[in-house]
Amino acid sequence: MAAGTVRAPAGRSRFRLRLGAWLLILPLFLFAAGTFVIPIGLMLVRSVQDPDFAAAFPRTAVALAAWDGRDLPPDATARTFLAELQAARGGDRISPAATRLNADLAGFRSLLLRTARNARAVGEDGLGTLAAIDARWAEPGLWAAMRRAAGPLTDYFLLAAIDLQRTDDGSIAAMPETRAVFVDVFIRTLWIGFVVTAFCLVLGYPVAYLIANAPARWANLLLVVVLIPFWTSVLVRTTAWVVLLQRDGLVNGLLRWSGIVEQPLALIYNRTGVLVAMVHVLLPLMILPLYSVMKGIGPSPMRAAMSLGARPLEAFARVYLPQTRAGIAAGALLVYISAIGYYVTPELVGGGGDQMISYFIAFYTNRTLNWGLAAALSLILLLATGLLYLAYARIEVRPEAGK
Amino acid sequence: MAHFSKLAAMALAMAGMAVATAASARDLTVVAWGGSTQAAQKKVYYGPFSSQTGIPVLEDSWSGGVGILRAKVQAGQPNWDVIQVESDELHIGCDEGLYEKPDWAALGGKDAFMKDAVSECGVGSVVWSVALAYDADRLKEGPKSWADFWNVQQFPGKRTMRRGPKYNLEFALMADGVPAADVYKVLRAPGGADRAFAKLEQLKPHIVWWTAGGQPGQLMASGEVSMAASYTSRMFAARRDDKRNFQVVWAGSIYAVDHWVVLRGSPNRDKAMQMVQFMTRPDIQKELPPLSFQGATNLEAAKRTDPSVMSSLPTDPANLAVAAPLDVEFWVDNIEQLTQRFNAWASR
Repeated sequence: MAAGTVRAPAGRSRFRLRLGAWLLILPLFLFAAGTFVIPIGLMLVRSVQDPDFAAAFPRTAVALAAWDGRDLPPDATARTFLAELQAARGGDRISPAATRLNADLAGFRSLLLRTARNARAVGEDGLGTLAAIDARWAEPGLWAAMRRAAGPLTDYFLLAAIDLQRTDDGSIAAMPETRAVFVDVFIRTLWIGFVVTAFCLVLGYPVAYLIANAPARWANLLLVVVLIPFWTSVLVRTTAWVVLLQRDGLVNGLLRWSGIVEQPLALIYNRTGVLVAMVHVLLPLMILPLYSVMKGIGPSPMRAAMSLGARPLEAFARVYLPQTRAGIAAGALLVYISAIGYYVTPELVGGGGDQMISYFIAFYTNRTLNWGLAAALSLILLLATGLLYLAYARIEVRPEAGK
Repeated sequence: MAHFSKLAAMALAMAGMAVATAASARDLTVVAWGGSTQAAQKKVYYGPFSSQTGIPVLEDSWSGGVGILRAKVQAGQPNWDVIQVESDELHIGCDEGLYEKPDWAALGGKDAFMKDAVSECGVGSVVWSVALAYDADRLKEGPKSWADFWNVQQFPGKRTMRRGPKYNLEFALMADGVPAADVYKVLRAPGGADRAFAKLEQLKPHIVWWTAGGQPGQLMASGEVSMAASYTSRMFAARRDDKRNFQVVWAGSIYAVDHWVVLRGSPNRDKAMQMVQFMTRPDIQKELPPLSFQGATNLEAAKRTDPSVMSSLPTDPANLAVAAPLDVEFWVDNIEQLTQRFNAWASR
């Protein structure tokens, strides 16, 4: 009884403490949810939604979904479509539908809009009326594309994002070679991210070590040298590399002056330029976490290892390196995840074969309003990143557990 | 569903762009393409408009994309009012209902403007052009046609072209012997794009791709390339400002019209329309071409433009006669698939 009366207020005050803690993070939580989680979630959902055609042509969408997809649809469907086309004329809904159909079949956009402008009163022969406006309406492929867009859910965008499509009979097949581009771009994106991370680690590790072990005033100076570019705009740093790396730029000038090369090297507008610029831009993200970890490592373990007979390299590999693992992990993760989302740098210093997936996400979002495909590409990028992170977290956790 | 996509648009606008401040308290905001062209517009348009009407004007710049405009309109209370858009953004945005419709009678009637400048949703702002250009200080004997642009034996050095299929497929077909007037007919026909890509393939090892309009001039000035497919306005600006000896070959150039639009739901709609009227008046518009080297859309303005710059403008009759207009409908229909194809091709 006595114990109970003591415990109850303690429980209540702990609850109050916890509530206070929750209330403190509530603004951050709401901010993150409102500006980050919900918008991204809503955008990603678009990768499996296909609302645009059905919004403009609701009854046609239902009729097409019921059609077996073989040859041409029943004439009643064509008449429904014509009636809805006239009703949609001049409204805001027909354009998103036209954009959606055009993504599947180039030319569909202008065909649909022109047909809407020219559609007259529907007679007995719906298909005939349409074919009189434009002969392409007699092609079964057109109706199959409309059936694929009937919604409300679709795998069209996700398939397209990995270079697959449904053929007119509903089976899954590869995209034609002239349109199959995304798998290559995904592999390229992940590969560039990997190479950039590796370079950042190799270059950043000694720098971080130097800063962590230098006398205080030198360390501060070095840190500022790392931080100033970090605070400079990515665009500025990228264009600075253009000046340095171009054909008659500083680097080529130096190489030719010193006689190392005769002809200027192609250092920019190709993969070399992308890697150089990205490594430079992302290097601080590797150095800073490494530095913060190295700062906490004293000299004694290394001295002890060497006094016990380890050669310097061995002592480094077996004593120092394992202690910096958390820094390597954080730095590599920061650099890698930043790198695979890169857009501006490859755009400015890359060539035709160096564009990363963000370029396409921006293109479909902003230029062609194909938000479904943009969402599907984003979703795959997010999943790939998530999977890599999980795999990496497993590798990271195992040695800890073994200790 | 519609509600849902509205939510998504709103979310996108929130995530991607600055959260719009209270629209009622906002000044009239005009958005153009930045750089020296916008500086010229400020001098000729925004400043005089403000001082003559007492309406303060805020400036912003963008690099195109109808997606931004859709997100702003769907989110409600757009923070931009008057925007200079390219013709594809005009067409898609007009179909999507993103723009307020101009009153053509108040603008002086449709007949006061060149045909390509008149539309349901916008008023032509300038005529610009993409053409073959070269540095005459480096090439003594200059190229005369796109066939010469492809001729790397006679005209050595790299070339720079805009990264993407637009303009390049047209130029490739012209280099392959298609007359400028027939380029889009060939591109629309089966095998047309194949033919253009095959021709591009011949030049591929010699191409450096540009993405920002300032790059061709830079690349030619630095000696990286000897020729460019470039915006003509940039070439003439470099002649004037940097004393470069850049020459433009107007034969086989492609011209297009940019447009002023007013975003739907703009809280400053009336002021915005007033500003568009001001900027397209002959006595005002005629001052822009000598500064920006882009052509006037108002016929009277074109007539009254300073004759000393006339031959540097896309609207010069001699230059128009050998040029082809950009086929907007072709590109709106085909930009997705041809961009995918271009990227698959460019990375091979």
